[in-house]
Amino acid sequence: MEELANLFHGFAVALQPFNIMVMILGIVLGVIIGVLPGLGGANGVAILLPLTFSMPPTSAIIMLSCIYWGALFGGAITSILFNIPGEPWSVATTFDGYPMAQQGKAGEALTAAFTSSFVGALFAVIMITLVAPLVASFALQFGPAEKFAVYFLAFCSFVGLSKEPPFKTVAAMMIGFALAAVGLDSITGQLRLTFGVTELLNGFDFLIAVIGLFGIGEILLTMEEGLSFRGGNAKINLRVVLHTWKEMPAYWLTSLRSCLIGCWMGITPAGATPASFMSYGIAKRLSKRGKKFGHGEIEGVVAPETAAHAAGTAALLPMLSLGVPGSPTAAVLLGGLLIWGLQPGPMLFVEQKEFVWGLIASMYLGNLVGLLVVLTCVPIFAAILRIPFSIIAPLILVLCAIGAYSVHSSTFDVVLMLVFGVLGYLFKKCGYPLAPLVLAIVLGDKAEEAFRQSLLGSQGSLAVFFSNGLVGTIMVLGLIALFWSAIQEGYSRLRAATA
Amino acid sequence: MSSHGGSAGPSHKAVEAGVTLAIALFGIIVIIGSVKAGINWGAEGPRAGFFPFYVGLLIVAASAMNFRNTLREDDGGVFAEWGQLRQVMSVVVPTAIYVGALPFTGIYLASMIFIAWFMRWLGKYGWLTVTAVAIGMPVVTYLIFERWFMVPLPKGPVEEWLGL
Repeated sequence: MEELANLFHGFAVALQPFNIMVMILGIVLGVIIGVLPGLGGANGVAILLPLTFSMPPTSAIIMLSCIYWGALFGGAITSILFNIPGEPWSVATTFDGYPMAQQGKAGEALTAAFTSSFVGALFAVIMITLVAPLVASFALQFGPAEKFAVYFLAFCSFVGLSKEPPFKTVAAMMIGFALAAVGLDSITGQLRLTFGVTELLNGFDFLIAVIGLFGIGEILLTMEEGLSFRGGNAKINLRVVLHTWKEMPAYWLTSLRSCLIGCWMGITPAGATPASFMSYGIAKRLSKRGKKFGHGEIEGVVAPETAAHAAGTAALLPMLSLGVPGSPTAAVLLGGLLIWGLQPGPMLFVEQKEFVWGLIASMYLGNLVGLLVVLTCVPIFAAILRIPFSIIAPLILVLCAIGAYSVHSSTFDVVLMLVFGVLGYLFKKCGYPLAPLVLAIVLGDKAEEAFRQSLLGSQGSLAVFFSNGLVGTIMVLGLIALFWSAIQEGYSRLRAATA
Repeated sequence: MSSHGGSAGPSHKAVEAGVTLAIALFGIIVIIGSVKAGINWGAEGPRAGFFPFYVGLLIVAASAMNFRNTLREDDGGVFAEWGQLRQVMSVVVPTAIYVGALPFTGIYLASMIFIAWFMRWLGKYGWLTVTAVAIGMPVVTYLIFERWFMVPLPKGPVEEWLGL
């Protein structure tokens, strides 16, 4: 029961007045970020990260993770009211949420979405509370080979599970690794890949990449599409909320299933977006009212929202316990840990108890605060969306520039940000996934270090990655994940042949 | 770039092939840089170029596969219409000028001009709205970043003159 005591201690930390203030600020900023096109969870957190440099780490992570929760909530607002998903993971919410809004049931749809988000997050946080310490204590025994195997598994799952073509995923990921390698080699202290350019001595910072790829790239895409907002009015009153809450327990099975899908997809780095689609698809197939999905079924809002929020939250489990982030936003949070001088990974649970448990406690509180904030303030947030894009766009661009500059107080980084922005636009249009690229920049150095240290121990023999049961199992799982789509295809062909 | 029949714009295939080749070129640069840093074993184990060398190889290999797939699948679609690309460039070009001017003018003056230009040119707003937003946003930024969170931002001659 040591965990319970730790958790209560965490609540005491999270409930300090300053931390509560930071929590509310984070949620409000997060919802705004989630509502605005061009500002997403990952780059919103990246831009605001410099603001936390002077804060104590616990307050800093509470604020940033609350921005993340806020962004998860905010995505649903635009999906339901305007049929414009503010975030990729709320695309599936538009399928039934927007028809509901058109039928004058926007209030019900929003209440259902927010409540399911909360349920999904709560489920995932409880899972983190119970499982994370176990995973961490298990991971404490990991040597360099096991560490590399975990990274290997994470990156292979990207190739196998992502919906983009596998070779494009590999190319994007390896670009990330290459960018991470630029600059000072941490083991030999030698310079590499700088080609004499002094600005590259310190390499590429992934925060700049995130702000450019996700922020500027998104703005360029929005400019190309030409945005016009048409949407229903948001009215939520207590009567609607209570009425919807009375209806929701009927969908407990869908909720539970979506929670499980979300947690699974969050821990493996598939992330919130596929989780929401998968959950919607399965709910549609299994529900008695499945045929009516797409015409404003409340269950069609519950399923994707629960899964997306569960996945978004569960993505923090591997980030905290293994140092492997499950999503780009989790990767930015992990980068934050490094900047505040904390070493992510299992040692956090031993050395930084207050930090870890304060964060976990703040997840419970932050999502509760988030639910209350969005339920009461929906009309205000919806009004933000009515500000024309030609005002929003320059403001976001300036904010991105400020964010990129303040990471290292370097104007060269702002130039890089723009380059990454154009790259992000081209990559997105050509079907290259951005998430593995960012994750590879974040984890590149660590993965390389683990790889080289394992090889040092084994005098260069790759057999070290299969030298004991544990590392061998993780590597084999990674290989299965890598060839997952090929395995699936082969299996279905085999079945077709025998049938 | 050639335009297909009635659809006005560069073909998706051409742009994607270009992107793929650019990525392959990047992979080759990585390989060259790694070889320069040393890809074999030194006294302290694998040398600095060891890991990035294989990363570069994988980039080139994956690009080759992507290039093959790109050439195979031609749906004849356009990447984007010229008008859309003009929209995109109308953001990229001023942003590039803005980014280039930052080190000399400081962030505040550049941001004011940038926001004002954007709103006036693309949004066609009245001068009152333009002035309010263009001055308001940098002032709020100053208060939040420099005053409350003590994050210094780049300043130019105007800020120096004002003594900020």
